[in-house]
Amino acid sequence: MSEGAGSAALVVIKPGMLTTIQDLGRWGYQAEGVPVAGPMDPCAHRLANALVGNAWGAATLEITFIGPELEFEDERIVAVVGASFDITVDGRLVPANAPFMVAAGSRLRVGQRRRGARAYLAVRGGLDVPIVLGSRATHLVSAMGGLNGRPLRAGDRVPLGPPDGARRTAAALADPWPLPERPARIRVLPGPQVEAFTADALDTLQSAPYVIGQNSDRMGFRLEGPRLQHSRGADIISDATPLGVLQVPASGQPILLMADRQTAGGYPKIATVISADIAVAGQLAPGDAIAFTVCTRLEAMAALIAQERALMAIEAAQS
Amino acid sequence: MTFRIVPAGDSAVIVEFDARIDAGVNAQVIAVAEALQAASLGGVRDVVPTYRSVAIYFDPLRTDSDALAALIEREAARFHLAPAAARAPVRIPVCYGGEFGPDLPDVAAFAHMQDADVIRIHSAKAYRVFMLGFVPGFAYMGVVDDVIAMPRHATPRVRVPAGSVGIAGVQTGVYPTETPGGWRLIGRTPVRPFDPARAEPFLLKAGDTVEFYPVAREDYDRLRGGGA
Repeated sequence: MSEGAGSAALVVIKPGMLTTIQDLGRWGYQAEGVPVAGPMDPCAHRLANALVGNAWGAATLEITFIGPELEFEDERIVAVVGASFDITVDGRLVPANAPFMVAAGSRLRVGQRRRGARAYLAVRGGLDVPIVLGSRATHLVSAMGGLNGRPLRAGDRVPLGPPDGARRTAAALADPWPLPERPARIRVLPGPQVEAFTADALDTLQSAPYVIGQNSDRMGFRLEGPRLQHSRGADIISDATPLGVLQVPASGQPILLMADRQTAGGYPKIATVISADIAVAGQLAPGDAIAFTVCTRLEAMAALIAQERALMAIEAAQS
Repeated sequence: MTFRIVPAGDSAVIVEFDARIDAGVNAQVIAVAEALQAASLGGVRDVVPTYRSVAIYFDPLRTDSDALAALIEREAARFHLAPAAARAPVRIPVCYGGEFGPDLPDVAAFAHMQDADVIRIHSAKAYRVFMLGFVPGFAYMGVVDDVIAMPRHATPRVRVPAGSVGIAGVQTGVYPTETPGGWRLIGRTPVRPFDPARAEPFLLKAGDTVEFYPVAREDYDRLRGGGA
């Protein structure tokens, strides 16, 4: 909450297409109707923080499709992880997936996008916007968190936390963090309302890829593909909506609920993306295709543990 | 208390009660949610009551749905309903009709009565807050008298002003912030259900009782100007 005189900041020269401030999300207030928000690709957010020596929960910039141009008021260690972009500092190319130094007064530009949809820019010390209900995450629809609850605009000053800290920066990633295949392979567990669909609906879900429709955003992806058939109507009494759940309105075309989803919804939910594959979904955008596979809880846990080990191995480079 | 426990992915379980909008079912939901919140179980991130279910969100690297299900089953015998009227009814002033309630004439036509009758019926009842959702601080309340229970608009309005009081079938509610919305707008309150700057940001919680009472435009302006 050190906004104002004295604290260093990032000055936004160009905001990019949709650049928001995110941390691990606003947990604990869904009972009051407050959505969680948080990074669409939580793994890339976490690694960007690790590379600059921040704690996992420090706020980063989530960059979508077209990157911003930022001027630094003081010297900072920065890292960008996730979607692959050409990144320059004062016109010189710097590596993604590795920490680099930006001098006071220098301009960092996240330029041409190569692959993936979202990159996370971490600055040592974190982005120090006010904490609202326990989190700095931006939720766009309720205009909460981040910088006045909205995406960055040209001329904004994003205050930075103190850059001193006990942690060292991590080494560059040995390999870039993996981005989705085409189509993206995403595993789901059936439920919580699989019985609201016909017996063949899970087979239908896996029969062909679904394409992410244009009307898709941080709240959810409207999918276009094989029609899922309800067994007893498409309305239920409103019920909680977990991250990664596939809710299906009367059209039979599922909606994959993402970071900015509402806390509850009134459509039956056929299946839920496993935690380990949320980061895959977070790198997708309209026009991308998803091939769903139903898996077991054991496979879901094995995938999550493998992912956690890979993340921890990188974080272990910090002291 | 009868319920079933359904996993939702690998990081949430849903405790499902009877699938109906009913004060008794909802009271069980809230009792279970409060017991689980009070227990502060390791690895649990959020406990979310709805009309007829409780979602428990957890960190799958710290606990799992089997462990939570076993715990819920074991504790079930100890869940008891919260004592009635644990919190005093919340009274909400409403300036009905006019520019604040553009759908009041339609609701009156739906009910085959005068605007004043709709106001009388809407403000005569004490409503239960069944759950919060949609946007921060939006309380789903009921049960609205069948006579005025007009279904929501087929096409939602792009912008509903903060404080708008609406009806959607047997549900009623107050829009905490300006959002799109399809409910039939019958009035507006100067009270803000959600204000992050307030010591208590949320005016209402699930299980509360709410009474609406009509106020004149001057009272609305005075209350709104008074920082309500």
